[in-house]
Formats: sequence, structure tokens, C-alpha cells
Amino acid sequence: MMAARSESIGTRLSDTLWRRPAVLLFLLLLPPVLWLGIIYLGSLFALLLQSFFSIDHFTGQINYRFTLSTYAELLTPANFDIILRTVTMAACCTLASAVIAFPIAYYAARYARGKWRAVFYLGIMMPLWSSYLVKIYAWKLILAKEGILTWALEGMRLNWLLEAYLSLPVVGGNSLSVSTTGTFIVFVYVWMPFMILPIQAALERVPGSMLEASGDLGARPAQTFRHVLLPLALPGIVAGSIFTFSLTLGDYIIPQIIGTSRLFIGQAVYQHQGIAGNIPLAAAFAVVPIVIMGFYLWGAKRIGAFDAL
Amino acid sequence: MSAVTFDKVSRHFGAVRAVDGVDLDIAEGEFFAMLGPSGSGKTTCLRLIAGFERPTAGDIRIFGEPVADLPPYKRQVNTVFQDYALFPHLNVIDNVAYGLMIAGQGRKLRHNAADEALEMVRLGGFGARRPSELSGGQRQRVALARALVNKPRVLLLDEPLGALDLKLREQMQEELKTLQRQLGITFVFVTHDQGEALSMADRVAVFNDGRIIQVGAPEDIYFRPEVPFVADFVGSSNVLPAALVARLTGENCPAAIRPERLQLAEYGPIMARVTGLSFLGLTTRVSFETEGARLTALLPQDAPRPLQGDLVALNWAEGDLHLMRPKS
Repeated sequence: MMAARSESIGTRLSDTLWRRPAVLLFLLLLPPVLWLGIIYLGSLFALLLQSFFSIDHFTGQINYRFTLSTYAELLTPANFDIILRTVTMAACCTLASAVIAFPIAYYAARYARGKWRAVFYLGIMMPLWSSYLVKIYAWKLILAKEGILTWALEGMRLNWLLEAYLSLPVVGGNSLSVSTTGTFIVFVYVWMPFMILPIQAALERVPGSMLEASGDLGARPAQTFRHVLLPLALPGIVAGSIFTFSLTLGDYIIPQIIGTSRLFIGQAVYQHQGIAGNIPLAAAFAVVPIVIMGFYLWGAKRIGAFDAL
Repeated sequence: MSAVTFDKVSRHFGAVRAVDGVDLDIAEGEFFAMLGPSGSGKTTCLRLIAGFERPTAGDIRIFGEPVADLPPYKRQVNTVFQDYALFPHLNVIDNVAYGLMIAGQGRKLRHNAADEALEMVRLGGFGARRPSELSGGQRQRVALARALVNKPRVLLLDEPLGALDLKLREQMQEELKTLQRQLGITFVFVTHDQGEALSMADRVAVFNDGRIIQVGAPEDIYFRPEVPFVADFVGSSNVLPAALVARLTGENCPAAIRPERLQLAEYGPIMARVTGLSFLGLTTRVSFETEGARLTALLPQDAPRPLQGDLVALNWAEGDLHLMRPKS
């Protein structure tokens, strides 16, 4: 009793929290739960709500009656085209990112040690430190008609190759900087770290003996990749692809600066809520990536992508 | 016929000579142990047989066939890894059937074979489980079944019992011996535990610093060590320095004597001071100091026990002192 009186308030508080861990947990969780619940999920819910309203095309006023007509609007050829284009782009970027990221991540996880490991992390992370806009404009200069790429190809007398490629439908254009290919290249570049790091983390948990065991049991390297390495890396690939896929679905700056004038979902959302004032349609467009990601995760779980977790 | 032969095989990692000019001849159907402290090159030798390492110099043959350019997946050997290396994304039956799946065997056929292999290691009915749901001993058996189901001509075991507790180890030692006799496959077994090597193997190779120091039957290694390292490492024999041996026998070379063969006596060739006593259950371990050597004796429980600090005489029976004459 005497000892308790001489203790400071801080000590007494610590003692109380030690005796009641539930109170401590409650205090620790309260701020993030409030943030997540009200500001984050709350605003998301408000957005979803908007998508069930509609706009009066004559007055431009929002009609606050529940309807699915805005969603029906998404299915008109012009709008559906945007969705299709964005999803295709996201899928291509994800695939390309995975293919390029895997060897890099494999090297980093299996071979890079000490100094080279630091160089690797610096190389992966450094692009993330510089401004996103600066990087995109830099790419515009690289890919432009008078840009360094054209110059370099001319120097190697290979510009006919570029011209031939640019004359192709869909992927081609006047120059790389105003082609779908340009958009694709920049997307893949900008999201690459988000693919490399999860794959590397997954590969780092695969002990070397497991790959040796596969070879020991008669598997050629390609079979070891197919039956051991890929399944074990799959959670990392899926985690990375969640980033690259959803970031591509939502981005509206890259296709604005580099690419054709054809819209992506992010640009459509931007235009409908800003310039056109069509909040319901913007909201409906914004729901599309959420639904697609939902299906994506469900599919990934079905094929057992998370089994090795 | 020889199952595995090494001819002056070396494996260097930069300046480190992990394996340094090793000659080895393992007979078909033999239970062969490679014994040594960590870093002595025994595991590297095993990895050379499996094909995970390539020799820097020398020639390795498996059943007469040179294997220097043969990758692991083309060798008729299988390995039980120290960490078992079971595939976490496959259940037990698919782990065991992995080699057969790679070999192109149909699902039903390979699952039947895997079931049989699991029966053999007394894990029937565990096929549907994940490796993560098994205990250490069970994982070890799965790793064994996974290797044996491929009917290898040589089975390599890399400290397979290292992670098991004492009782399980002793049980597995018995089982491995029985399995080896039943199957007639050549077993090559790496361990740092001398008891394990002596109790299981037909022949033991003692490694130190990348070289084989002595090869022989367990009894030879135990009772007739050729060099002080073997005497000391295998069962912690007492090593008497050459000067002392010269005084006792007239021969100028070190000698070994087993702790259980040292007796306290009224009179004896050596006087020693008791420096420590520890009770081990069946025996009492007594440490002595004498003429520049530290000796250990294991006294049976019914023998009279000296006190710390006593000066006692030590004796032994004729033939218990094993002279380690340098090889000419």
C-alpha cells in the first residue's frame, strides 16, 4: 500500500493495462478502426451509393432515386469499350511485369548477398523515390518521335523496325509516345517494384534444399520450375499482380500523358465527375475495378494461389 | 561391384578446401557412414555423390559410370535431406509420388506405389495430410519414403536423425538398419554423432579437414584408431602423448586407451591426480591429470570411488593400450 502510493501515475497506468490487456488492445485499435471504418470504408460506401442514382441528362441534376440505369449505361458500346481496354491493358501489364520481375526477384532471393543485395534494393526502390510525374515525362521524351529511342535506332539503322511496328493496328501509332504500346511500357516500368518485391519475399522462403530435392527426384530444371518453384512463388506473384492489376485499372495520369486519345477507366471517372458532373456514372465506373478485383481474388483462391502461404 | 568410388576427389570453394584429395570405395549393399565434425567435408562428399556439387578435381564413379558431367536428375541416387525438404504445397502422398510423377507414371499407379512406400515407413493413412501437419519424426519418414519409392541404387542420408529427440533417434536407427537389410540398397549416411555411425554402419569413414583420416569397421575405428584425432573424436578415447608412451613401452608414438578400460589400482604404471567426478547413472566419469595429459576413466558403479584431489595409480589390461604408430 505504501509502495503503491509512491509510484508515479505512469507506472500505475502501466500496471492497470498489464492487468487488463483487453483495455490496451481497445485503446490501440480505436484510432485505426475509426479511420478505416468511417473515413475509408464510409467514403467508399458513399461512392457506391452514388452509383445507384442517375443523372437527368436535360437538367444535369442528380436524381436521388435508386435505379440500375447508370450501370446499364456502362454497357453501352462506348463505355464498355473503355472497360474492355482498361482490363486488357491491366492484364497485359500484369503478365509482362510478372515475366520481367521473376528473374530479377529470383536472382535477388537466391544469389545476391551483402553489397549486391543493397545495390539490388536501391535499384528497385530508387525509382519510387522520384516523382511519378517526372518519370512519366521522362518516358515521354524517351518514346517521342524525336526522342532518344528513335535516335538510337536510327544510329543502328534499325528505325525501319520501329516504323514497321508502329504501322501495326491497335498497338501502333504516330510515335511510341502516342501509342498503346507506349502506355504499356510506362505502366510496366512504373509498377515493376510492386511486382518484384512480393515475388522476392516469396522466393526467399523457398529453401535451396527444396529445389535440390526436386532435381534429386529426377526433375529437370524446367520441371522443377513448373512443379516446385512456381507454385511456391505463386502467392508472391498473386500479391504483386494485385498491385499491378489494380493500379493499372485505376490510373488516369499515365494514359493521359502517354498513349492514344482513347480513354481508360480512370480517365473516364475523372472526366465524368469533374468536367461532365456526372457523379453517378463516375461512381459506377469506379465500382468496376472493385468488382473485377473481387473476381480476380476469388479466382486466384480457386486455383490455389494462397495454398503455399 | 563398387557402388561409389572417389578417385583423388577435391572440391574447393575459393581458398577453402572442403574436400581435399579423397579416395573412397563404397561397396554395393553396404551401410556406409561418413563421420566427422562439422566442416570436415563429409556433407560436401555426399553432395558430390548426389550431384549438387561438382568436383574441382578427381573422378567420381557410381556403379562404374563416371558422373562428373551428370546432373542430379540423371543419377540413380536419391537423398534424404537434413531439413527433409518436403514440398509444402503438396500433401504427403504427392510428396512421396513426386519422383514417379516426374518419371511420367500415371496418377493411380504412382499413388499405389507411394501408398506402399508409406506403409513401409509405417505412415499408412497419412497420405492426405500436409507436411506441416506432421511431427518431425513423421516428416523424416515421409522424406525416406519419397526417396525410396524411386528404387534408387544408392540412398544418401544427410544427418537424417539430427533433428529428432533421443528416443526417436534410437528407434529410427533400428528401423533404418532393418530397412537397409530388407531392401539391400547401398546407404551412405552422414553424421557427426559417433554413436550413430558405430551402431548403424558396416563401415565408417572418419573425416577431418576435408580428408578421410581412417576407414574401417566400427570395431576397428573404436578399438584400433590409427591417429590421435580418431581416438579422440570417436568415443573420446584417452590419447597418451608420445613421451609418456615412450617411458611406458619404449616406443615413441602416441597411444590410445578407452576410458572404460582404465582401472584404479594399488600399483600401476601411471600416477594421476583426480580433478573431477561426475555421476552418469550407469558409470561415474573420473577425470585425471598426469604427466602433461588429461585422462578420463569410466568406473562401474560398484567400483570404489576416489575423492577429488586424490593421487591414484592407474592400470589397464595387456592389449588395452593401442599404439598409434605413424604409417610408413
